[in-house]
Amino acid sequence: MSGKIGKSGMDSVNGKNRTGGGLTHLQKGKGHKNWFSVDKTFDVVNLVLMVVMLLVFAWPLWFVVIASLSEPGAVYRGEVILFPKGITLESYKAILEYKQIWIGYRNTILYTVAGTLINLFFTICLAYPLSRRKFMPKKIIMTIALITMYFGGGLIPSYMVVRGLHMTNTIWAMMIPNALSVYNMLIVRAYFLHSIPVSLEEASTLDGANPMQYLLRVVLPLSKPVIAVIALYYMVGHWNDYYSALIYITDQGLRPLQSFMRDLLVNNSITRVTGGSLSPEEMQAKLYLAQTLKYSSIIVATVPMLVVYPFVQKYFVKGVMVGSIKG
Amino acid sequence: MKKTKNKNMTIQRSPFFKRLRIDLRDNWTIYLMVLIPLVWLIVFCYVPMGGIQLAFKTFKAKLGIWDSPWIGFKNFERFFKSYSFRTILWNTISINVYSLVVGFPIPIIFALFLNYLRQRKLKKTVQMVSYAPYFISTVVMCGMIIIFLDKDTGAVNQLLRLVGLDGVNFMGTPAYFKDIYVWTSVWQGMGWASIIYISALAGVDYQLHEAAIVDGANKLQRIWYVDLPSIKPTIIMLLILQIGSLMGVGFEKVFLLQNDLNMSESEVISTYVYRVGLINSDYGYSTAVGLFNSMINLILLVTANQLCKRLTKESLF
Repeated sequence: MSGKIGKSGMDSVNGKNRTGGGLTHLQKGKGHKNWFSVDKTFDVVNLVLMVVMLLVFAWPLWFVVIASLSEPGAVYRGEVILFPKGITLESYKAILEYKQIWIGYRNTILYTVAGTLINLFFTICLAYPLSRRKFMPKKIIMTIALITMYFGGGLIPSYMVVRGLHMTNTIWAMMIPNALSVYNMLIVRAYFLHSIPVSLEEASTLDGANPMQYLLRVVLPLSKPVIAVIALYYMVGHWNDYYSALIYITDQGLRPLQSFMRDLLVNNSITRVTGGSLSPEEMQAKLYLAQTLKYSSIIVATVPMLVVYPFVQKYFVKGVMVGSIKG
Repeated sequence: MKKTKNKNMTIQRSPFFKRLRIDLRDNWTIYLMVLIPLVWLIVFCYVPMGGIQLAFKTFKAKLGIWDSPWIGFKNFERFFKSYSFRTILWNTISINVYSLVVGFPIPIIFALFLNYLRQRKLKKTVQMVSYAPYFISTVVMCGMIIIFLDKDTGAVNQLLRLVGLDGVNFMGTPAYFKDIYVWTSVWQGMGWASIIYISALAGVDYQLHEAAIVDGANKLQRIWYVDLPSIKPTIIMLLILQIGSLMGVGFEKVFLLQNDLNMSESEVISTYVYRVGLINSDYGYSTAVGLFNSMINLILLVTANQLCKRLTKESLF
């Protein structure tokens, strides 16, 4: 693997469309008609296939959106398939009253913001020294870091370390045990090494900058794209993190959003919470609402990530590229 | 000029500790900086590795990890002889191999086809939409699976009834578990996984395509003879990485999709480790099972790497 791939992201993919049109006159000129028809069939099959793929990707997502907006009874009876029916915001009102979701939301925002900052700090602290060509213990520290990518202690030994540090049931358990991803560190290091010209370091050293000043004034400002990418990787990781809470957190007030989402979606806890003195009709309405509540909660829990994503999409694609360059 | 060179040479030749001392003096901030993640690595990665000795011990809370009595390979024997060993091992291997066989080639094929799509707007839309599922968390994903496949109210069953078929109890039928697991993962991950191939395809030298067209190659032939060989290094690197994590995939997803009905097909090593370890507090045994898993993993990774090195001269390390 090398920098062969992806000097540019998706933009150049689109540029390649000339493949289709530009050269066909050559084929025509030579009179090779049968190849031409293979290509035409290919294009038609491809078009159909991609439209089908688009539907396969989009329909489940679309369904969640329309189900959350539809009248609960209609969803229950299976009348909602392609378009919302009897549009109502009832399920969103219900979710506003569902306190636990908001406790989870608050906690998750805290874990995501603070956790990502910690992640970035640790990642840069390791990536920068390892990217310096003259740093003496470079090789040994690199080896120490790489080994952890392929081998670890496993669930119980890690749990016992965290417990031994009295971190269980504190906010730290959500952030410190996964403070660093060696994989992301390698991405940043590769960027520092290959995308920042060596001459800049020489120049700034001549100007009297020490290694720290060089990092803060030259390297980091030049590395915004890669920092944005791994910050986003970490953010998505924290937002979607369920595992840490499952293992380290039992305190209700500290549980993240995903852990409440599990109660709601997987363990189906809300359908069991039905009031005592309700008429059968009211009971049924409540049951229906509990169903659509699931859809609206999915939206509420997922939208923040989906909203952030288009803004950084171009960085994201590049980030995957940088990651593919072996450090 | 000559003098400075000589001076440098003497520094080069001076003993290791002297050089280290000079480096420490000049770049102490760098050393201080690296110390922070280094301490973290030792505490959260290497200390747990030391805890692996639990696999050969019977854990006594009063004595702690280090002083608990050694029992040799008894924990491993217990696992190999246990009633569920075969089922768990089979489930772990089959789910992961199934995921690899289905999940690995599909993004490549998707990228190859998308690459030849002539409708630009459609291409962009397909790409954008195909990434979206990647951002859904595992919990929400599993929730969606359970809701969509519900035997009474699920959207899939309602679609089936609409075309006149009988509803299916997907989550309650053990035989469906692996299919559900693998194909929903494909749905969620293929768009994302294809990004790297799409970019690799964009980097293919266009002159190769021109030459192929002049020689009369059609698009299928161009895929086979130009595109695929060009992105081969990318494919192989990702394949090795995938094989390396073969035994490690998906605790969360398996765990969340598990229910009492499909347990016979859904219990895998990682969920078993969690169950006996954290739920039953059988620390030594759980650690042994986990160690068994990561040993297989390591062997697979090294084998895959060596094999690829031999066959294609590409390797990870």
